[in-house]
Amino acid sequence: MSADGPALLELSGVTRQFGGLRAVSNVDLSIARGEVIGLIGPNGAGKTTLVNVITGVHRASSGTVRFDGTDITRLKPYQAARRGIARTFQIVQPFPEMTVAENVAAAAMFAGAAAYGSEANAQALEHLRFVGLADIAHSRAASLTLAMRKRLELAKGLAMRPKLLLLDEVNAGLNATEVDHALHLIRAIAARGITVLIIEHLMKVVLSICTRVVVLHHGELIATGDTKSIVKDPRVVAAYLGRRYGAADSALRGVPNG
Amino acid sequence: MLTLQILANGLVLGGLYACIASGFSLVWGVLNVINILHGSFIVLGGYLAFYAYGLLGIHPFLSILIAAPLFFALGYAMQHTLINRMIAAPVLLTLTLTFGLDLMLSNAMLATFTADFRKLTLDPPLGTLAFGTIVLPVDRLIAMVLALGLTGLLYLVLSRSRIGRAIVAVRMDREAAALMGVNVKRVYAITFGLGTLMAGASGPLLAMIFPISPLTGPAYLGKAFVICVLGGLGSVPGAMIGGLALGVVESFGSLWFGPEHATTLSFVLLILILLVRPEGLLGRKGYA
Amino acid sequence: MRREALVAATLFALVGLFPLVGEAYWLRLGTTMLMYGVLAMSWNFIGGMAGYPSFAVAAFFGLGAYSGAVAQKFGAPAGLAWCIAAASALVFATLLGLALLRLRGHYFAIASLVVADVLRELVNSATDLTGGGMGLNLPVPAMSSIDAQAAFFFYAMLALATITFAATLLAARSKLGFGLRCIQQNESAADMLGVDTTLYKVCAFALSAVFVGAAGAIYASWVHYIEPPDVFDVLYSVKAIVMVLLGGAGSLFGPLLGAAVFLSLEELVWRKFIDVHTGVLGLLIVLLVMFLPKGLLSLSQRLPWAGKRP
Repeated sequence: MSADGPALLELSGVTRQFGGLRAVSNVDLSIARGEVIGLIGPNGAGKTTLVNVITGVHRASSGTVRFDGTDITRLKPYQAARRGIARTFQIVQPFPEMTVAENVAAAAMFAGAAAYGSEANAQALEHLRFVGLADIAHSRAASLTLAMRKRLELAKGLAMRPKLLLLDEVNAGLNATEVDHALHLIRAIAARGITVLIIEHLMKVVLSICTRVVVLHHGELIATGDTKSIVKDPRVVAAYLGRRYGAADSALRGVPNG
Repeated sequence: MLTLQILANGLVLGGLYACIASGFSLVWGVLNVINILHGSFIVLGGYLAFYAYGLLGIHPFLSILIAAPLFFALGYAMQHTLINRMIAAPVLLTLTLTFGLDLMLSNAMLATFTADFRKLTLDPPLGTLAFGTIVLPVDRLIAMVLALGLTGLLYLVLSRSRIGRAIVAVRMDREAAALMGVNVKRVYAITFGLGTLMAGASGPLLAMIFPISPLTGPAYLGKAFVICVLGGLGSVPGAMIGGLALGVVESFGSLWFGPEHATTLSFVLLILILLVRPEGLLGRKGYA
Repeated sequence: MRREALVAATLFALVGLFPLVGEAYWLRLGTTMLMYGVLAMSWNFIGGMAGYPSFAVAAFFGLGAYSGAVAQKFGAPAGLAWCIAAASALVFATLLGLALLRLRGHYFAIASLVVADVLRELVNSATDLTGGGMGLNLPVPAMSSIDAQAAFFFYAMLALATITFAATLLAARSKLGFGLRCIQQNESAADMLGVDTTLYKVCAFALSAVFVGAAGAIYASWVHYIEPPDVFDVLYSVKAIVMVLLGGAGSLFGPLLGAAVFLSLEELVWRKFIDVHTGVLGLLIVLLVMFLPKGLLSLSQRLPWAGKRP
């Protein structure tokens, strides 16, 4: 299923253990440049942990993470950020006492290598215009609504000039209109050639914009494929709905309900 | 032989340290407030015992009974009127607040009692007890037993009583406790009162062993902090184990490096532990 | 930035005229105020900009005082001794910071608080080098008059305060200051955005030490005699914090304003309540924290003539 050329991100045998708990277990995953790929799985499947391993928040207990041709398994978050991995958070984290523009300028400056001052500010404004927040560039970030904060996260992510953008539940808590707007933005981002990994709970989002989907369950990668085949995959159905509703795949540990 | 004696000395000291630290750890763990006043409360308890014995002839071990309610009331009032207003403020502000309060208290003690080191000596002295080759003064031994007893009592209160369970609930999850009808503000005040009580009650015990002076407050505070790091925050058994560990480490440390390096030694220990296990030896993560 | 530099230059130049009009008492007060200003501005790097509640000022001050004094004991001229003191504080803070700055909140605060006690203990026991608890005498500068000496130390402290202010200004208006603000607001988010948080925090910690070290050394030369409990006094740490809180944390002129106001208060308290001055100081701290936690400058924003904040 991997696309042409060398992969942008390549996980091999990645495991992350917390005490006795294996949050992520032996994951192999290869993401090609330009892909828009969805990472789905029920709550507690280890999606966020996997993102944390990729970005250096957690270090893999075993296995390797290669990005853009180099081994980044042992890098710290700021180093991963400077190499071109940007992420947004499930729980949005702006710098509350800074202005919206300053938030984005920080991303442009520290990860995007813009110079302090006018260059960073100009870039910040440009990204804010793209996500539709230019009007409130000089408001305090703490005063933003949830939907606006999510857009601010996107602007920050873009300002980092990423090669890979990890979107952790960008749509959680948004209403239908807001989700549509966010999807529109994500498509526009992908059109710029940025590789996007969308961590999602909502199937709808994944189905509408991803070219490929991987499914994580109990920390293991149980399926990968295009969106059409994945919803029919009995293991995926079982993981989401419980074994009783899925095909009788006895090798699979099912969840009792949902 | 010497090793055994030193170990015994260390454990006696450690029992007292456990008592000092349990109240401090409770307040830190539940309120997320470092109570800089803790050391001065201990000293104040020491003075209470000193004057109760000198002027009224009340035995220091009995003066604990006087100290306990007084200090509980003091702590309760202080939390209720002052500290509670700042409970949600950043670390720096709450620290500075209790620092300011400590300056006031220690200065008041300095003005009242002077900086002279007083020694509480029992008349007649209680003598010593020998266990094989180990010799221990009886007053220290009783002090240690009482200290451990007090600490154990605190543990019972926290684990068995209604209010104790409320305190533990608030420590684990303040919002959930509040939703379940726990009056968080009152729990905070009671917790602070209990912490102050433990400090004030350990004062008479420490006065049996160490000289009393307002200048000794910071040293007690430092020990309480190190013990919390050793044993983890907000748990009485943690304070117990941390206290005993620090007592033993200090005893052997002063044998090997000289008593003048006690602070340096515990600091090095502190840094090492914090670097390896920022949540303490026994503690769980959660309280920054 | 130019406007602020101009305001500051005027301010420092005006202060520089002080010895022409002042008598000995005022000159002593002026020197102390400048020293307090250095302590406050220095703490602002780590406490105000990076938001780390450091109590290590006393440690750096004492270290600087003893480094300078020992250097002078071995024949170094005053100026060189002060530079040595600054350098030793810088190196010490860098190494210490690499260890301590991995801690957060209370853990960092208390660990930094204990450093001064540890250094005091070490200085106390290194009797050969430091004189131990007996203290250390410093050579009196060869100068014609007492007045000339007083003016000399005043200008030395003024120069140091000017340098410290310049460093503050440069840091606040650069990537360093911006990164520190990010750390202050949300450290893990800053990390995610590419801020090398360890490097930035260590820089801030080192900046909070280097000028304090020099101030300690100038102080030692000024008073001719130091002893461990005097220069490792934890009150130096507390005062620095209180001055910054008083003036407004993280702001440019706040620490200076705080130093001036604090010294005035302290001087009044000293004179009126000599026996209980630390107690009254404590009361001031309590009142400040409870009623004015954002500092005096926050008051001005409530006034009608106050301009909009940039």
